[in-house]
Parts: sequence; structure tokens; C-alpha cells
Amino acid sequence: MMTASLLSKPLAVLAPESGHGNASEALANMVEHVGTGPKWVLLIVFLPLLGFVLNAIYAAIGNKSKLPAWTTIALLAVAFIATLSMFLSYEGTPYTVHAFDWFNLHYGEKSFVANFSFYIDKLTILWMLFVTGLGTLIALYASEYMSHDIGVGYCRFFSAFGLFVFSMSCLVMGDNMLMLYLGWEGVGLCSYLLIGYFYKKPAAVAAAKKAFIVNRIGDLGLALGVYLTFVHFGTVEYAALFSDDKLHSYINAAATGDFSHIPAQAQWIALLLMVGAFGKSAQFPLYVWLPDAMEGPTPVSALIHAATMVTAGVYLIARFYPVFLVSEFALPTVAWVGTITALLAATIGMAQFDIKRIMAYSTVSQLGYMFAGLGLLSTTGAAFHVLTHAFFKALLFLACGAVMHGFAGQLDLRKLSGVAWMKGWGIVGITMLVGCMNLAGLPYITSGFYSKDMILAEAFITPGYQMIGWILVFTAILTAYYTFRVFFRVFVGDQYCEPGEDFHGDDESHFHPHAPGWAINAVLITLAACSMLAISLAYISPDSHGWVGSLVEESTASFHSPYAEAAHHAHVEHTAIHAVDGPVGHAAPGTVFGMNAHTGMILVSGIGAIFGVLVAAFFHGPKGWQGLFLGGRTEAAKCRMDAVAARMGPIPHLAENKWFVDEIYWAILVTPLRVISHIFHWIDKLLIDGLVNLFGFLPRVFAWIIRPSQSGVLQGYAVSMAGGLAVLLFVVLVIVVRAGGAA
Amino acid sequence: MMHAFESIQIAQSGLAQLAFPSEMSNSVLAPYLFVSAAMFAIGLVGFLTRKNMIIMFLCTELMFQAAGLALIAFGRQHLGSDGQTFVIFVLCVAAAEAAMALALVVLLFRHRESLSASAWKELNG
Repeated sequence: MMTASLLSKPLAVLAPESGHGNASEALANMVEHVGTGPKWVLLIVFLPLLGFVLNAIYAAIGNKSKLPAWTTIALLAVAFIATLSMFLSYEGTPYTVHAFDWFNLHYGEKSFVANFSFYIDKLTILWMLFVTGLGTLIALYASEYMSHDIGVGYCRFFSAFGLFVFSMSCLVMGDNMLMLYLGWEGVGLCSYLLIGYFYKKPAAVAAAKKAFIVNRIGDLGLALGVYLTFVHFGTVEYAALFSDDKLHSYINAAATGDFSHIPAQAQWIALLLMVGAFGKSAQFPLYVWLPDAMEGPTPVSALIHAATMVTAGVYLIARFYPVFLVSEFALPTVAWVGTITALLAATIGMAQFDIKRIMAYSTVSQLGYMFAGLGLLSTTGAAFHVLTHAFFKALLFLACGAVMHGFAGQLDLRKLSGVAWMKGWGIVGITMLVGCMNLAGLPYITSGFYSKDMILAEAFITPGYQMIGWILVFTAILTAYYTFRVFFRVFVGDQYCEPGEDFHGDDESHFHPHAPGWAINAVLITLAACSMLAISLAYISPDSHGWVGSLVEESTASFHSPYAEAAHHAHVEHTAIHAVDGPVGHAAPGTVFGMNAHTGMILVSGIGAIFGVLVAAFFHGPKGWQGLFLGGRTEAAKCRMDAVAARMGPIPHLAENKWFVDEIYWAILVTPLRVISHIFHWIDKLLIDGLVNLFGFLPRVFAWIIRPSQSGVLQGYAVSMAGGLAVLLFVVLVIVVRAGGAA
Repeated sequence: MMHAFESIQIAQSGLAQLAFPSEMSNSVLAPYLFVSAAMFAIGLVGFLTRKNMIIMFLCTELMFQAAGLALIAFGRQHLGSDGQTFVIFVLCVAAAEAAMALALVVLLFRHRESLSASAWKELNG
């Protein structure tokens, strides 16, 4: 009931008092002059593919050096430089670059065109900058991290790595939905291959299959969405789709809040694409694959399952924002699903002990924030959060990976303590602190704060969505708590460690962790610097909500709600409240607790984040801090939280077991499917195989009957031949005689 | 010259007379067929009753020749050359077959130290 009322409200939200008819004007202007771009842009796409091919060749010729890593790093670095120059040489109008014809079918009046070509606008550039940039950095990190596996495994890893960057480029840069789908499936495949990298480990194989199968559900939605787009608009090319008159008339209708004249078919497109986005970006109810995906090597978790692939869903929705706007229920659903996911994953993350899993749940949770931002018409907030999250979450994963690498696979936060004080681990400790601060969103000093703030502010100023705002603020407190829980337990306090399951010595007391080398440290420092420098992005071009906003503004995602517009103007110009026309409506500025949206949010979410950190310190801080009433941990495995958890009844147990969502899915989906498949298996076995076997069995029966005639006595055969001949001749004789008689 | 030419013509017609006489009557044909049938029957009976593989092989040869004789007799009957041609082929095949069959018999003998066909009784279904 509640959900229904919340969903029915929404798009009234976009249609305040007087909607106006030109909501789609900016979009029309933008896609009107789509030009042709320079061919070197193709380098960005095809260099990673070359890396894939070269690494496969290295594997075939049995290379046993770090050559695959350096090849991949070099190629990705060139691709990154090409992306940078694509960014710098961008002249304000989107353009396409044609590689070769792919589908080019014309029949009668209609046509189906989906070429292997690329559509470049600022949204593409934003995504490609961090895809290739982080790809290069993480390849550098992996060159050291994967070095225990030099040989075929190393080649296989970097081969899939190159293929992944290629697929991701196709996904982000493709100029039609088919290219997007190609990339979408490609990254899914690479994700599968890399999660299952340790293919001798059953858990890794199971996780790879789970990721692939759960993604299949989402991909079905995407495929149907692409199909429906073609059916309704007659094209899958971006330039043609976004300049379609029908689409523009729908947008203008949606801006006035009138959805009754928009055909249901057009509204369904967004809902189907949304399902695809939920699968790839691990949103409720399809998020279950992502935590398990941590079975893959850590660089993979950082690149694919934190920074790039999982943001494909955000990209999809941002890219098809005009299509989402014309659907009455799509964006509100996106907002609510994102919010629920953020909260749910944060509660699970609080109770986990495996630090990589905590980071995985925090990824799911942060993706929830991004989806909430998209659903609340803050594509800028979502895209900015994607960018900052890409930096700090890659950093966090890589720092956790360094710990895992150095402590023989140990990830249990109860078995590690004081890592930052160990010799050679200082850089990991400091960069981890930077990552944790960003994830927790400490006010003013972290980029994660600014991007999260943008989404939270949007929730509070949008009428009917304050509830989402409160849930997200509460989730932010939880996030700060579980993030610093990891930091306080693992990185500070008395030095203590137990080696993980990869330790093969006899005596654990002789275990010495090996500190990370230069490659890992260099990457961690770079990412920490990027995370911190990203703060400045909030201050570049403040007129359009920061640097990311200035990029999003020049893309198909350039729609923001009138409330944001009004609030923003009130903030920027420090004037009294005045109503403003936004691209999607008209509104008076929203306020948070009587203050303008951003000031209010800085107070609320900033205080919330600090509160979360203090709570974490109170329960999990090292013993030495007890003078400050904070240190709650007496030794590595014991803390104040244990007593609290013991009084909370079954809740900690439920949260630790992920609210038994996997088990519920198992019971209501997997088990019935298995039963059905068993039934079909037996039908196949008994009925179909039975029939086939019967036809195989009959000749044997016949043979069994006539077999005695082959006696082995040579004369016997001769007699039968002679006898047979005699009978035959007798018959001929009879016939001849009769014929003669008749004549 | 003329005389010589005429004499060659006469000689030719005489040869033709020799090469292609008139059809045989049924009473002339019958003894040939009788001998052929007798040879075939002897061969068949021999094949059925003897166990020595060489003898059995000889009996098949006998049946071949019986068939050949019948073919030639009928060929003469109808004044055609088909019968004779066919017999030439049969002889060729029989010669080839004789080489193979004798080789087989030798091999079989080496395995069992016996020429009896019953030595191979276990080759049954």
C-alpha cells in the first residue's frame, strides 16, 4: 500500500504548478548537430582488444615473464592518453566515429542500422576517463598482485583484463543499443571469467556461475528493452533515437505531468532497461551475485566489481534518461530500489567479518545511492558519485587486496590488528584511511562527502521524497560505522596477525607478512591522491553543480528537476527564494530544515558521518584510546560490540547471514526450478530415451531370433544356398508353366 | 589381277561359311547341357559332402566350368559371341579367385593344422 502511494506520487513531482512545453529543447539542440569525429578515437576501443589478442598469444607460446602485464599496462596507458586527448579536443557537439558496418539492413521504408561505431559526448568521455585510467592503474597493481601466478594464469588474467576494457569501451562508447548490448554481454563474460579465475576452487566456480546466471535475468530485461525500442521508435541508434519527434513530444508531455497520452509501449522500454541496470549494477533483488564475486582476484574486484562494470547500470539509465523520463513509474522505482538496496546492503555490511565482503556490500550500498540519485532526477549527483566512488572504492579494495596478499589470504578482521604500524605497511594504512574517510563521507575533507551530499540534498528538496532522504542519511551513518569498524580493527591497535588459508608453513608463529612492493604502493598513492583531488571537482564550474555537472549537462542525461534548479539558484546567488524554471518543470526552491538544501545537508550528513565514526571508535577502537572513552577493543577478536550484539537477540546473526536472502532465493526459486528440472530430466530419461532405446533394442531381438542360422558349419550354408536356389527355380518353373498354360 | 581378287572373295565367303555355320538343333544342344548339368551336380554334391577345403574348392571350380560350358553351348546355339566372351571373363575371375582361395586355404591350414572345414566351426553366430 505504502509503496503504491509512494510510486503514484512521483511524477507529479516533476510536474509542479505550470509545466512548460520545452523540456526537450536542450536535448533537441544537442543531438541536432551530431558530427563525425577523428578516427584515432578508435584506438581507445581497439588497443585493449589488441592486449587481449597479444596476451592470448603469450599464453600459447608459454611466456613466463611479466610481459603480459607490461603489454596491458602500456596499451591501456595509450588508450587513457587517447581518452584524455578526446576530452581535451571535444568541441561541444557530440560526434560519431565509424569503425565498420555491422548491421545495415534496409527493407522497404524501414531500416535496421547498428554499425560498429561510437558516439562521443561528455557522458561517454567521463566514463571512459575513469575506465581507461583506473584500468591502467589496476593493471599496474595486478602486475605485482598476480605475480605468484606467472605463466599461463598470468596471461589468462591479463587477456581477460584487456577483453574487459574493450567490452566496457563498446558499452560506453557504442553509438547504438546493439553495441551497448555487445559490451554489456562482453563485460558479463569477462566478469564470469575473472571471478572464476581460481577455477580449481569450488567457491570461485560457484560464484562465477551465480554472477553469470543472476546477470542473465537482468540481461533479458535489457534485450527486451532494446527490442521494444526498435519496435516503437524504429531505430536503435542514439542520434536518431534522441532526435525522434515522438520521443520529444513524450518528454514535453511528461514535463507537464500528463502521462496519459504516452503509449504504454514507450513507457515499458524504461522499465525493461531498468531491469538490466538492476542486474548489472547489483541492485535489489538482483544484488546477490556481487558479494560472492569477491572470490575473484582483488584487482578484478576493484576494477570490475567496484569501479567500472557495476556502474554500467548507472550509465545505462543516464544515457537513456530521456526514455526514463517518459515512463511514469520507472524513475520512482529506480529511486526506491536504490534506497532499499543502500540500506539493506549497509546492514549486512555491518555484521560481516571478511573485510573484502564488507567492501563488496558497501559497493552494493553505494550503487544504491547512485540509483537513488538517478531516480531523483540528479544524474549529476549519480555521475559524480560514480566517479568519486570509482576512486575511493578501487582504493579500498586494492588496500584490502594488499592485506590479503601480504597475510596469505587473511581477510578476517578478528585475526588482524595494527597492520598500519607494521614495517612497510605505512602507505597501505594511510591510503586505507583516505579511502575510509571518503566512503564514510567525512564533511569537507573528502570527495565522497560532496558526491553523496548532492544526492541527499536532492532527496530532501524533492516533495514526497524526504523519506528517501532520511533513509539515505541513516544509511550514511551505518556506512561510516562499518567502514571505520574495518579501519579501527585491522589497521590500528596492537600489532597482531594470523596468516590466512594460503599459508603453508607448519608453525604459524614463524609467519612473516610480506609488505607490498612499489607497484602496489604507487597505485594506492595515486588513487588516494585522486580521491582527495576529486574534492576540487565540486568547486569547478559551480553553476552546473561542479565539473561532473558541466559534463552531464552536455549529454543526453542533461535533465534536472525544477526543485534542484530553484534550490541551486537560491544557493549560488544568495538571493531570497524565487521560483525557477528547470528543464523538467517549474518550482520554488526546496529547503532542508529551513536552510538552503546544501547547507542543511552538510550539517545533517556531516554530523551523521562523524557520529558513525565515533560509534565505530567507541565499539572497535584500540585499547590505547580508552582514555578518550573510545577504545572498545581489548584484543584483536574482542570488542565492546560483542556484548551489545549478544543482547540484540537474533539480529546480528541474521545480518551476518545476509538476512538469509540467498537461502530465501534458494527456497523459492532455485529449489522449485531444480524440482522442475528433475521432472524434465526423468521425462527425458524415461520417455524420450526409452523410445530411442526401444528402436535400438528391436533389431537386437530380431537378431537374437535368427542368430542360430549362422551355425559355423560350412556345408550347412551351402545346403541353404542350394535349397534356396532350388525353391527359387521351382517358383520360376511354376510361373513359366502357368504362363504357358494361359497362353 | 582380276582372278586373284575373285579367288580371295571366294576364299572369304568360304571362311565365313566355316566361322558362322547354321544354328544347332535342339538334339545337338541337349548333350552339351546334359554334360553341363552333370558337372554342376557332381560339383554341388562334392561341395556339400566333402570337408576337405581343397576338394571343396575344386568342386566350386567344377561348378564354374559347368556354367561355362552351358554358356558356350547356348552361345553356339544362338550364333552369338556373348557366351564365349562371358566365359573368358569367368575364367579370368576364376583364375584370380583360385589364387586367393588357395592362399586362404594355406593360411587357414597354418592356423589349425587341418584342412577340414569343420575345424572352423566356432565361427558361428
